[in-house]
Amino acid sequence: MSAQHPPSAGHTVAETAPLALEVRDLLTRFVTKRVALTAVDGISIAVRRGRIMALVGESGSGKSVTGLSIMGLIDPPGQIAGGEVRVGGQRFDVTDDRQMRRLRGNRLAMIFQDPMMTLNPVLRISRQMTEAITTHHPEVTRAEARARAHSALALVGIPSPRERLDNFPHQLSGGMRQRVAIATALLNNPEVIIADEPTTALDVTIQSQILYEVERVCETHGTAFVWITHDLSVVANLAHDVTVMYAGRIVETGPVRDVLENPLHPYTRGLIDSVPDIDIRKGKLIPIAGMTPQLADLPQGCKFAPRCPLRVPECAAEPPLVTRADGRAVRCVRPLDTEPPR
Amino acid sequence: MTLFIFRRVLQGALVIFMMSLVVFVGIYQIGNPIDILINPEAPPRVRQEVIERLGLDQPLPTQYLRFVLGALQGDLGDSYVYNVPAFSLIAKALPATLELAFAGLLLAIVLGVPLGMWAGYRPEHWSSKAIMGVSILGFSLPTFWVGLMMIVIFSVELRWLPSGGRGETASLFGIHFSFLTWNGLTHLLLPALNLALFKLGLVIRLVRASMQEVLKQDFIRFARAKGLPQRVVVGVHAFRNILLPLTTILGLEFGSLVAFAVVTETIFAWPGMGTLIIKSISVLDRPVIVAYLMMTAFLFVIINLLVDIAYSLLDPRVRLGEEQG
Ligand SMILES: Nc1ncnc2c1ncn2[C@@H]1O[C@H](COP(=O)(O)OP(=O)(O)OP(=O)(O)O)[C@@H](O)[C@H]1O
Ligand SMILES: [Mg+2]
Repeated sequence: MSAQHPPSAGHTVAETAPLALEVRDLLTRFVTKRVALTAVDGISIAVRRGRIMALVGESGSGKSVTGLSIMGLIDPPGQIAGGEVRVGGQRFDVTDDRQMRRLRGNRLAMIFQDPMMTLNPVLRISRQMTEAITTHHPEVTRAEARARAHSALALVGIPSPRERLDNFPHQLSGGMRQRVAIATALLNNPEVIIADEPTTALDVTIQSQILYEVERVCETHGTAFVWITHDLSVVANLAHDVTVMYAGRIVETGPVRDVLENPLHPYTRGLIDSVPDIDIRKGKLIPIAGMTPQLADLPQGCKFAPRCPLRVPECAAEPPLVTRADGRAVRCVRPLDTEPPR
Repeated sequence: MTLFIFRRVLQGALVIFMMSLVVFVGIYQIGNPIDILINPEAPPRVRQEVIERLGLDQPLPTQYLRFVLGALQGDLGDSYVYNVPAFSLIAKALPATLELAFAGLLLAIVLGVPLGMWAGYRPEHWSSKAIMGVSILGFSLPTFWVGLMMIVIFSVELRWLPSGGRGETASLFGIHFSFLTWNGLTHLLLPALNLALFKLGLVIRLVRASMQEVLKQDFIRFARAKGLPQRVVVGVHAFRNILLPLTTILGLEFGSLVAFAVVTETIFAWPGMGTLIIKSISVLDRPVIVAYLMMTAFLFVIINLLVDIAYSLLDPRVRLGEEQG
């Protein structure tokens, strides 16, 4: 299992910006009395300042567990069995809760999928925002914390932030609540924000507004994002890089444009082909055959082989994730651009 | 809010009216108080006179009407035994019972909430399992047996605490309370604990279940993602959500504490409504029994109203039928 290295230096400033987040060989297991399931198996991710890394894959591929592991938020029976996390070049022990607590919400923030459930129903917005500041910076006065919460709400496009601060979550729409969650994540100006499908539950117009705000924050604050999503159109429009996961592993990673236009892994190809196209003349969808494998009985060798249309005998041994000269990486014995393509 | 309270008061009045009907008809079916009240050797003329004076010769609807008309003027009839208004007897015994029930509730909360929170926070820990084991005992041991054991151990054997009575009382707002004096407090402790044990298991279980439910919620994960210490995540974010189910249950259970105080009061000779009602039942003192039951119904209605108001203060989503968000 080779560690994935950041894409080689390109020509834009962003591509040579310092690394905001570096994850190496992350290993997360769910251990019960009978079995130990490896939900995240040797994931490595690197995101530079001001860049957005999309993390895609079918349901159950381990995206959320990856995000939670980086935050140190895995609860028993889950456990992080290996790997390291660096934020701003500084190494942290994901299993040390005291260390991670100082990092969480401060230099490393996370937002979640369901905006209806992320805010505490019985506490005012102001309380839920200001506590994120004062817990890390006890010297900040309440008035000052409130002022910062106010400007964070304004930053993510919430109208009349002053009234919103005194509201309870149920008085806000789903889109507004997700903006509050994003604003909360932004409060301490974190280096990295991990976003686990934050717009999936929202309608498309709200979604695009929020994506726009996120893009702006990313540019103006230099915040790095790990954006977990199912939606390849979001990936295409928002992210700079993309990592494709399958059965707890990375199968392909690289710049968005390269990966979406010229996928190297048959699974990535399958994901792209199964996206409904708005242009009806383009014809039918091509779903990926078969089912996502259960963690309890993963196939030997390449985990995707049983569903792969391009399967060859060599797939019986699991290939390593190979980083290529162009900075892309793929885990496949025969990437799509090696042989005469199809 | 005013509209809400007004509606609830109307509902409460209806409940009390229904209750009065049930109680009155029910009591009418039990025995004949005359046999107990009047010396069997009394001449029939005297006997007839008493029956007429008490209105017992009238048909049931007439008796009920007389009762309601009296009740509306605050007159629930005179006790057959003490010859004083039944209401004043009940009212005099009420503070002692309320004090006991409150003390029991307070102990159940003070002991049960932290224990339940811990058991819900660390369900696999050995101490949590021990807590749950003890809470089953609290449920299943009969109150009167536990009460007697307490007296045997703490009063008879160890001689730490008195075995019965209210002890010295002091007056607050013209009402006498035991908890205001040290001696009264020592008298209050055992019966209150006895009454609390009955509810303790329930409180522990409820708090534990709510805790486990709340800890699974996304907002707890979000709170942790903010970097809050566990003490704030559990003590503020989870706890504030547990208060809702807790208030409801405790409100309702307070009523049953008042009712169950009958047993505890009898064991510990606590001079409250329970002791009074047991005596009154044994001599079929109808007005006192009716007054007691009406008072209990009234307490339930009041408590429910207070619970609803507390609920709306705790849960921002409930707006008592106004400005639905
Ligand atoms: N608490 C848990 N106990 C046991 N297994 C778990 C637990 N949480 C997650 N898993 C397993 O880990 C694997 C990865 O789950 P994860 O939630 O990360 O998927 P995902 O890629 O985020 O899927 P989705 O797109 O549906 O959100 C799944 O097979 C799941 O069954
Ligand atoms: Mg997920």
